[in-house]
Amino acid sequence: MVENRPILGVISHLVLILGVVIVALPIWITFVASTHDAVRMTQVPIPLLPGSHFIENFKETLFGTGLSSSAGAPVWRMLLNSMTMALMIAFGKISISLISAFAIVYFKFPFRMGFFWMIFITLMLPVEVRILPTFEVVANLGMLNSYWGLSIPLIASATATFMFRQVFLTIPDEMLESARIDGAGPMRFFWDILIPLSRTNIAALFVILFIYGWNQYLWPLLITTDSDMTTIVVSIKQMLEAAEQSPKWNIIMMTALLAMIPPVFVVVAMQRLFVQGLTETDK
Amino acid sequence: MATITLKDLVKAYGDTEVLHHVAADIQDGEFLVIVGPSGCGKSTLLRMIAGLETVTSGEVSIGDRMVNKLEPADRDIAMVFQNYALYPHMSVRENMAYGLKIRKIDKGEINRRVEEAADILELRPYLDRKPRQLSGGQRQRVAMGRAIVRDPQVFLFDEPLSNLDAKLRVQMRLEIRKLQQKLGVTSIYVTHDQVEAMTLGDRLMVLNGGYVEQLGTPIELYDRPATVFVAGFIGSPAMNLITVEASENQLKLPNGAYLEGGNDLGKVTLGIRPEHLVSDGIGPIRVTVQLFEQLGANTLLHGVLEGTDCDIVASLPGHVSASAGTVMCFSVQAQNLHIFDIQTGKRIGA
Ligand SMILES: Nc1ncnc2c1ncn2[C@@H]1O[C@H](COP(=O)(O)OP(=O)(O)OP(=O)(O)O)[C@@H](O)[C@H]1O
Ligand SMILES: [Mg+2]
Repeated sequence: MVENRPILGVISHLVLILGVVIVALPIWITFVASTHDAVRMTQVPIPLLPGSHFIENFKETLFGTGLSSSAGAPVWRMLLNSMTMALMIAFGKISISLISAFAIVYFKFPFRMGFFWMIFITLMLPVEVRILPTFEVVANLGMLNSYWGLSIPLIASATATFMFRQVFLTIPDEMLESARIDGAGPMRFFWDILIPLSRTNIAALFVILFIYGWNQYLWPLLITTDSDMTTIVVSIKQMLEAAEQSPKWNIIMMTALLAMIPPVFVVVAMQRLFVQGLTETDK
Repeated sequence: MATITLKDLVKAYGDTEVLHHVAADIQDGEFLVIVGPSGCGKSTLLRMIAGLETVTSGEVSIGDRMVNKLEPADRDIAMVFQNYALYPHMSVRENMAYGLKIRKIDKGEINRRVEEAADILELRPYLDRKPRQLSGGQRQRVAMGRAIVRDPQVFLFDEPLSNLDAKLRVQMRLEIRKLQQKLGVTSIYVTHDQVEAMTLGDRLMVLNGGYVEQLGTPIELYDRPATVFVAGFIGSPAMNLITVEASENQLKLPNGAYLEGGNDLGKVTLGIRPEHLVSDGIGPIRVTVQLFEQLGANTLLHGVLEGTDCDIVASLPGHVSASAGTVMCFSVQAQNLHIFDIQTGKRIGA
């Protein structure tokens, strides 16, 4: 719809600007808060313009112990934990779903559809629902306070399996047949043809899953008792509750800012592929 | 290069048999066209030869090898699909080279073969493009190129031209034929278009409902169709098929007129090609004109036998016209009459 009416133009701009303000204001405040010293942050009104303590806060947050009172690990360590967990979850989910979708679509074996529905039913069982038994299993396997424990229980993914199944189903049978005539075995077909053809879908899924992994709260909270293994999202919450002193807003906000960077980076880097993956129909 | 032998080939999906005891011997270097209406089992037969469908019973041999149990890749065949099935993420060059790469053929040799094929097919300028950047005709040629570089014993084509427009189809048809003659590779070509079949094939196999109706050269099929089905299928416009009464060497048409020929056979199906009806003003076949189609070089007359509702089409040389409702008289030479058993549809007599 392309229309050229000045009033409409003004109104749509107003609406859009309002939207931007609503979305961006909290982020701006976070940024501003991370540039003042601790004292300024306890005074009213809260500042709306950046101060001069950015570098200082940055150093203290990233390499200091976060909050002096807690025996917390430095924030870079938590960023690393979060990053490792999110990457393990994203890669794990993608590889497992690719392989299971490949098996379900291209191989005939007994109870094939049975397996498919079994995977499908796990959609109804997110971590929150099965948290106690899962914790029990992870604890018995001795995976508490480890990257494996953080990521493996979150890796199984019905959604991704289902999505890749749909992607594979849109690839015409002739593609498989001509690969067979060309002499490609199942694994070659998988690597040379299926993976490149689902490239954009993999990218789109990677973005979604990375953010999903990054934002995990309940599960890491439950299974990491060692402060060396805490993730950044969990630790922000812990900073707020830090006992016997008022929250150090400048440090907390700096941590929040740092926590935002990796997901933003992933989205920006993958944006082109991501959009293609969601809209592309050309197979 | 090789002969292909099909022995008593049967294909069944569950309880439904879709191909019934197909047999054929295809000569080395021959171009065989399988033709028939939609759903008659052409693709199934071709895919059994390719190894993409299992054989229910019977034998497929390529050269002297029985290949029933061999994987498609081990049968030394190349196949061109209707939708080309090019790999969309690979360039034209990679598409053509893929099969060779898997066979671990030396890089220089792959390049040499790809470029040779590209020259034959005039694809040089497009070698580094992706399939989606090509026109339909070019994609079709890439699919052909992929088959050529493999240097196989057999080419299999499944309606490779049906996605092209009419003009390009005619052009590609000629190119395929020339290429096949040049390379001398035994080829099997599936189509539902009888004109394509007639122009391409050394021999035609007419399939109907999973049965082979007739196997022969285009001229044999045209001159002496073995069944009513072949008679109606081969030739355009289609042959006139009329139910007549045969007695005492005479054929009695539904409008009461008599033609010389036949025997004491009772009811039979009489076939007359539209181009064999000669308008002479006195002949026994009196046709009430309904309309004319002017094709320039000749004219198609659509009408009915006088006094009946039995449709007749005649192809007349030059320009002819008459108003609807007039009666025109035609005769036919005895050797141009085709007589078929009314029950079995099989040809009777010479
Ligand atoms: N997987 C299948 N299961 C059951 N029946 C099948 C299957 N594949 C094909 N058929 C049947 O086999 C018959 C022959 O199919 P085939 O694809 O060979 O037809 P065709 O002659 O190539 O037709 P077209 O000209 O439309 O391509 C059809 O009647 C079809 O319904
Ligand atoms: Mg077909």
